[in-house]
Amino acid sequence: MTSRLKQAFASGKFVVSGEVGPPKGTNIEEMLQHIDLLKDKVDALNVTDNQSSVMRISSLAVCKLIREHGGEPILQLTCRDRNRLALQSELLSASILGVNNVLCLTGDYITIGDHTEAKPVFDLDSVQLIQALRQMEKGKDLAGNDLQGAPQFFAGAVVTPEADPIEPQLLKFEKKVKVGAEFFQTQAIYDIGNFKKFMQYARQFKVKIMAGIVLLTSAGMGRYMNQNVPGIFVPQELIDEMAGAPKGKALEKGIEIAGRMIRQLKDENICDGVHIMAIGKEAVIPDILSAAGLNGA
Amino acid sequence: MIVAQRKGIEEVKKMVEGKSRILIAGCGTCVAVCMAGGEREVSILASMLRMAVKLESGRDIEVAEITMERQCDREFIEPFDKQMRGYEAVISTACGIGIQFLADFLGDIPVVPGVNTKFLGSNEGGGTWFERCRACGECVLGETGGICPITICAKNLLNGPCGGTNKGKCEVDKDKDCAWTLIYRRLEKLGALDNIRKIFPPKNYHAQTHPSRMIHEAYQKEEKK
Repeated sequence: MTSRLKQAFASGKFVVSGEVGPPKGTNIEEMLQHIDLLKDKVDALNVTDNQSSVMRISSLAVCKLIREHGGEPILQLTCRDRNRLALQSELLSASILGVNNVLCLTGDYITIGDHTEAKPVFDLDSVQLIQALRQMEKGKDLAGNDLQGAPQFFAGAVVTPEADPIEPQLLKFEKKVKVGAEFFQTQAIYDIGNFKKFMQYARQFKVKIMAGIVLLTSAGMGRYMNQNVPGIFVPQELIDEMAGAPKGKALEKGIEIAGRMIRQLKDENICDGVHIMAIGKEAVIPDILSAAGLNGA
Repeated sequence: MIVAQRKGIEEVKKMVEGKSRILIAGCGTCVAVCMAGGEREVSILASMLRMAVKLESGRDIEVAEITMERQCDREFIEPFDKQMRGYEAVISTACGIGIQFLADFLGDIPVVPGVNTKFLGSNEGGGTWFERCRACGECVLGETGGICPITICAKNLLNGPCGGTNKGKCEVDKDKDCAWTLIYRRLEKLGALDNIRKIFPPKNYHAQTHPSRMIHEAYQKEEKK
């Protein structure tokens, strides 16, 4: 197994990943443009798995396309839509397609998406999914049966440094580490001071941590996330800074803020990399990297 | 207890369309307590049905009412046997268990539901019921401080909260508590946080293969023991 993402971490560089959201429907032109634009600028590209419980093209299919276009995909795999048979089957499929990075997630609940009457699965949780993945690498499936050929993965998980309350979140984080998660992408962080405190704690574990960077596109978005998105805290001064941007320049301001944060995370060696989520604005990721002083992978 | 909710009159009326002799059979246990299918609700449904049919078609229909103590137990159904015969349809306002049991018992009379059976829950007072058990067949309450992660956590998570936990509430419904915040706080108070530091293995869903059947050990045949 060659994971270019794992190699990037091993080289000691500050690792950057981006994100591709597969479309709903078979028109993939715009997505392919984003893939071609980003594949050489970042170390890896996450592909979301029916993001926000909205039905779309599968993560695995798009991961394969990224491979074909010369990029390094990270398969996001959630427990919402698949039982343990389907999850393990998906892992084997990923392996034979050369998709070697997997991000194991619980998944959003069904009712927040566009098929609210669907049956939620959640047969495994994210900890058990990582466990299953590690067991398959040893040649056994979850039921203890032998595999004819074992997959190898670079396995990741997520953590929410701003979770409130934080203790149950850290308990689960430690379980993910214990069962073999090698890298973590965090929920969006905006308060570097708070994040530093989380990293002081997280540094005791031998795992790579990528800070989640979500591009702010307006002051309202910051206020909305504070009100409505669990585990996200946007400090008032950032909201004020966004609000103070001249008319029509809010996106530029958001890019500047994201770039500034990434630069600080890297220069102060706070974490091992960043995962940039420019939801719907993937085309500006190169601008964020320039603002951060990073010239691409 | 089993918690149920009354079906709307339009739906009930449609299920017995064209019938002139109808029996409504209530149940005096769970559905009576949750005000969905006890004696009082049977009486209300009977009046509504008579009026609805009269208003719609001008017909006078016969709607009889009985309520048995427990519709899921043959012992309580049998005394009503004769009284129930001769109707063209029976509307049962028991839970889904009672409805099926009565349908099996009556055999050649159609039995239709007067309620939707919702969940196994507790009476929280003030007309509120809350789901407390998913009857998973493999109870973990001993380790989770008496709070069920399979039921109270929308995603049935066994190893801690998801990223949707928000100030102690659940992403699915801001009015609902996050099960894992409750569990953590309870175990903290009990000095038993080690209970949940271990990794819980994937749940054995074979423990609730449907339809489930259980024979009390005292009733099992000698050779099967």
